[in-house]
Amino acid sequence: MAYKFDFGAVFDYTPVLLKGIVVTTELIVFGALAGIAVGIACAWARTQGPRALRVPVTAYVELIRNTPFLIQLFFIFFGLPALGMSLTEMQAACLAMALNLGAYSCEIIRAGIVATHRGQFEAGASLAMSRIQVFRHVILKPALARIWPALSSQIVIVMLGSAVCSQISVEDVSFAAAYIQSRNFRAFESYIVATLTYLALALILRQLLRMLGRHWFGRPAR
Amino acid sequence: MMSFSLWDIVSALLLTARWTVVLSLVAFVGGGVLGLLVLMARTSRLAGLRRAAWVYIELFQGTPLLMQLFLAFFGLSLVGVEVPAWLAAGATLTLWSAAFLSEIWRGCVEAIPRGQWESSASLAMGYVQQMRHVVLPQAARIAVAPTVGFAVQIVKGTAVTSIIGFTELSKAATIITNATFNPFVVYGIAALIYFALCWPLSRLSLRLERKLNAPHRA
Repeated sequence: MAYKFDFGAVFDYTPVLLKGIVVTTELIVFGALAGIAVGIACAWARTQGPRALRVPVTAYVELIRNTPFLIQLFFIFFGLPALGMSLTEMQAACLAMALNLGAYSCEIIRAGIVATHRGQFEAGASLAMSRIQVFRHVILKPALARIWPALSSQIVIVMLGSAVCSQISVEDVSFAAAYIQSRNFRAFESYIVATLTYLALALILRQLLRMLGRHWFGRPAR
Repeated sequence: MMSFSLWDIVSALLLTARWTVVLSLVAFVGGGVLGLLVLMARTSRLAGLRRAAWVYIELFQGTPLLMQLFLAFFGLSLVGVEVPAWLAAGATLTLWSAAFLSEIWRGCVEAIPRGQWESSASLAMGYVQQMRHVVLPQAARIAVAPTVGFAVQIVKGTAVTSIIGFTELSKAATIITNATFNPFVVYGIAALIYFALCWPLSRLSLRLERKLNAPHRA
């Protein structure tokens, strides 16, 4: 093979790549925070919430989990304006990620809640706590502690999935790679660098989530 | 300008959905075969093989499918192979699903008690024989449900191949949107078709889990 690699041609565009890393980081920070919030709310609705909420929440979870993220993203970005809801690229991408992670984390968190011993609910009730208070103060934390590893992997999966946000011109890492290769015609090198960037981001994110888990929940609960 | 009825849109999308199905099957079968080899390497006694399999899995699980697709698309053409989009799509999805399937199956293999390995070793079985006659038949039972569940991920993964120009359901949806200026309806229908493909698989996975793993639950 006579191909000569030239990674220098990619690193001439380091600022573009750095900008991409910042945008991908923004996407994941916002997507993860909003997604977990949605997930907790939905998990509450499916396990303790009023019956009227359970059907629409279940429909949302099943619909998101059984359709591709790319289609959800396109639907939100290109489709919603038809309803008079125009979003910027970044808003659409964040919304799509939050809705996507929300559905997956709902199921994960629900598993944690279901695994909580009945006595916990009763103990909370016997302290004259309301159902919401029991959920907030007694149930949620041990449930999250139990499923934290699964939730962490899901967050990493969503971060990697965010690469397709470049398709609605969010200027993330994969957008940077596409931009760089359009300038220097070094497609292979550009995408190798971008791929390794994602790999590094995934490793860092996983480590960070593990540290956060240890900080919040101590040793993983059984 | 041509006008499109709702039925035109639905039938065109359904027609291209067959490529989504074909690509999913290729990725599932190819990924299954390759995944089994990776699993053997990952659980083998040779440290070198184990490490190679680990690196492979980390690489494919730790990077976006989109980047893998681009690398296959541009990388193979550097070696002088003219890569049509379907080849890059099929190859990448196969490699990608092999990495995930082998990890899913490793969990199932490790769920088999050590004693099973030891007792089969005491019968003078080699590694391949142990796997074939003792461990895999038992692990397969645990593996069925999560494997069917992963098929859903594969079907959804095929959507990304639209980006390198493979004309499956998502690409068709984009093309039709450009012709009809009605993204709300077109992407909505595309989502429903994906749902119709994936939801039965999800339900099946859930049912199999209840049925096959009942003895494992307290």
